[in-house]
Amino acid sequence: MNNSKWMETTVGVFILLAIASLLFLAFKASDFSRLDNKNSYVVSAEFDNIGALKPRAAVAVAGVKIGQVEAIKLDPQTYRAIVYLRISDRHENIPMDSSASILTAGLLGANYISISPGFENQYLGNGGQISDTHPALILEDMIGQLLFSMKNDKAAEADKDKGENT
Amino acid sequence: MISQIRKLGDQGLNVCNELGYSGIFLFRTLFHKPRLTKSFPLLIRQMYAIGVLSLPIILVSAVFIGMVVALQGFNILNKFSATEELGQMVALSVVRELGPVVSALLFAGRAGSALTAEIGLMKATEQLASMEMMGVDPMWRVISPRFWAGFYSLPLLVIIFCAIAIIGGYLVGVVWLGVDNGAFWNNMQASVDFRIDAINGVIKSIVFGFVVTWIAVFQGYACIPTAEGISRATTRTVVYSSLAVLGLDFVLTALMMGGW
Repeated sequence: MNNSKWMETTVGVFILLAIASLLFLAFKASDFSRLDNKNSYVVSAEFDNIGALKPRAAVAVAGVKIGQVEAIKLDPQTYRAIVYLRISDRHENIPMDSSASILTAGLLGANYISISPGFENQYLGNGGQISDTHPALILEDMIGQLLFSMKNDKAAEADKDKGENT
Repeated sequence: MISQIRKLGDQGLNVCNELGYSGIFLFRTLFHKPRLTKSFPLLIRQMYAIGVLSLPIILVSAVFIGMVVALQGFNILNKFSATEELGQMVALSVVRELGPVVSALLFAGRAGSALTAEIGLMKATEQLASMEMMGVDPMWRVISPRFWAGFYSLPLLVIIFCAIAIIGGYLVGVVWLGVDNGAFWNNMQASVDFRIDAINGVIKSIVFGFVVTWIAVFQGYACIPTAEGISRATTRTVVYSSLAVLGLDFVLTALMMGGW
């Protein structure tokens, strides 16, 4: 009898230990307090190119995280990307004429959305849209443009040299 | 030539036969007349033997796995001067992969082999047969509590493993190697999503617990009731369940990463 009591106690301790570990994983190792419908609102923004932006990427104002990317869709008519941003209720005073741009954290970091606040007195609400957007800078495109312009410069120089010689 | 082909067919039939037998066996284990008040003490006893007694090996290996992941990760991240991301690396690799897989392998070695040997010996000494003679269904009395105990124990062990491994990583990363404490936990919290990463790890552990205990209990029940037969069955338990865990881990990860 005593033996079975001891077993029951240790099994109870085992289960408690597992629950404590689960709580540790939930609150210390991961951020359990995710934004949901009750304490946040969604605004959308259309981008020409979103680069490598992914759902759950951060949305920041002046570098402070205020929300995350909820979903990314393609507009079938305009072929632009529609990005839905879920923003915490604590930051509900984002002016209507704010602009959104896609930036990269560090040289090789993940993409995130930065919102630069405008000056309007009316604020974005649930379902609002940010119309002033700046697409992501694609490194490959920039290198391509750089090479192209260097080539043009060289060609122009060669033309000039030729003109001087004749 | 003909005999070899015949052998091949024979082996194929054997595999089918064994699979079918184990399937029927599983069905009989899962679905029998419920006798909750009587089977609960049996379950507790098996939880003790399978879960609680596996705790020491799980705890010790969790600490060391967390520490070695932190140490390896620190040296790699140091090359990119990104050691603040150490917490993220330790937590994600432990919660997603190492926690479920390593605990399932240890569990197969520690508890699965013991289950097979115990049931096999019961069969060899004709305890199972005498139970049937007395009108006690050995499925209900012996197999089912062991199966459920293993099924419940492994997820609990995996959760404990993950927490302890993260603490082990913290000990090496922050206390020994001097990664910033706040950055360690902050980066971890920012990147680990409880509902995606942690829950997926737990889902994996539930599947592993099911498969490992099924294999262990079935191998014990179906073993040849001799000393050699039991030893072979025990070996098969460890080999089959390790292979099943590693194979299923890939399939489950592919499913989870695919955004199902």
